[in-house]
Amino acid sequence: MSPPKKSSEDLTYEAAFAELQAIVDALEGEQRPLDEAIALYEHGQTLAKYCAGLLEKAELKVRQLSGNQLTDFEPGE
Amino acid sequence: MNQIPLFETPRWSVTELTRHLRRLLESDDRLQDLWVRGEISNFSRPASGHLYFTLKDAGASLRCVMWKPDAARIKLPLQDGLSIEAHGKIGVYEPNGQYQFYADLIRPIGEGALYAEFMRLKTLLEAEGLFDPARKRPLPQLPQKIGIITSATGAALRDMLHVIRRRLPLAEVALAAAPVQGAEAPPALVLALQKLNAFAQPDVILLARGGGSIEDLWAFNDENLVRAVVASQAPVICGVGHETDFTLADFAADLRAPTPTAAAELATPYTVIDLSSALQNRQNRLDDLLMRRVSELRHETGSLVERLHLHSPARRLLIETQKLDDLAAQAARALAHRLQLEHLHIRAQVQQLESLNPLSVLKRGYAVITGREDGVIIHNARQAPAGSDLRVRLAEGTLDVRVQAESPLEES
Repeated sequence: MSPPKKSSEDLTYEAAFAELQAIVDALEGEQRPLDEAIALYEHGQTLAKYCAGLLEKAELKVRQLSGNQLTDFEPGE
Repeated sequence: MNQIPLFETPRWSVTELTRHLRRLLESDDRLQDLWVRGEISNFSRPASGHLYFTLKDAGASLRCVMWKPDAARIKLPLQDGLSIEAHGKIGVYEPNGQYQFYADLIRPIGEGALYAEFMRLKTLLEAEGLFDPARKRPLPQLPQKIGIITSATGAALRDMLHVIRRRLPLAEVALAAAPVQGAEAPPALVLALQKLNAFAQPDVILLARGGGSIEDLWAFNDENLVRAVVASQAPVICGVGHETDFTLADFAADLRAPTPTAAAELATPYTVIDLSSALQNRQNRLDDLLMRRVSELRHETGSLVERLHLHSPARRLLIETQKLDDLAAQAARALAHRLQLEHLHIRAQVQQLESLNPLSVLKRGYAVITGREDGVIIHNARQAPAGSDLRVRLAEGTLDVRVQAESPLEES
């Protein structure tokens, strides 16, 4: 997986989606000042794009435990 | 060869000898009730319904017969190459001088002992509560790291990777390869479980093996492996053999899958398609929420603007203008009235004036006489001696006249 464009943190899909969900919940909850709502919205959009990117580029990573370490594993095909 | 024998050598007919051998064999109780194991070859089932085959192993072979009534009870599909255990007795077929085994029961090799051991272990571990349903842990819905313990070369690994790659390519697989059959399998599987937990910390572990005979799957009935499955930090999905195969590891696992493929599916309850649609849903909600907030604010702003307009100076100005207009109209009306009055008044005065107009008496037949030259009004006859030229002014026109005589008033 290449690093995400915008939110530079190396978020997992699950974490990014949970954050997106929290933003949706926050916006659905109490009323917020517009600038705050827009900031939340923009962050939410960034997260959504990040998640979509992860889904699009996802490629199963297979590693093998050899000794006490995980190393790349090449399936014999 | 030329030695003289001390005792006379027995001389038997073939029949006698064969009969003797038969009695020897058939009188040995150990040969009359036994299990013998080997691999089937030269299997044949002629029209008679009896079975004929040879059991062999690396060192020897044994002719076998199974009579029709016993053969009819066999459920196992017999064929060359199959390893079996047969129960029966040794006998001799005199016509061709052959000892052979008369089988009355056939079962897959080791099945009886294995089954007994399976039941013993199952009862033991069950009593310890290791298979207690309350012990089973929930599985992660979206595992990030999926541990796999299986043979590095088997079809099971290929199948599982295929399923996970198709369903949830977001995930990462940590493989701990281990032999899945044979004596070295149980300790290797236990070590793989422990190491995978310790060094990869997967969210879920798939313990899997493709189909095989009961002996092939036996490693998954190992007591130590069962205990390692129970002790695993990550929940374990066990997918060993086929739908019909049950192993003790299956009972100990947090979830039993009928096959390795099914195990991989159960480990990935949400696929990338589910994630995509959930994501799309959140994105839509996000858009809707902002739009709603903006329209709410727009509405609020709109009503504020309306209220603001109520207090606008322009409005005040309008009201004042209107007042002014009203006043102006009022003033105009007053003025017009006044003018009308003045007009009437003037008319009256004009009439009055007219009545005072000296000329107006002329209309009543009077005349004004002036000197023609000087225009001086003649009041007295003495002003106009005879021959004076005078001008008589009438209501309509004038007359130029000459005085003929004058007669001043005597008494004046």
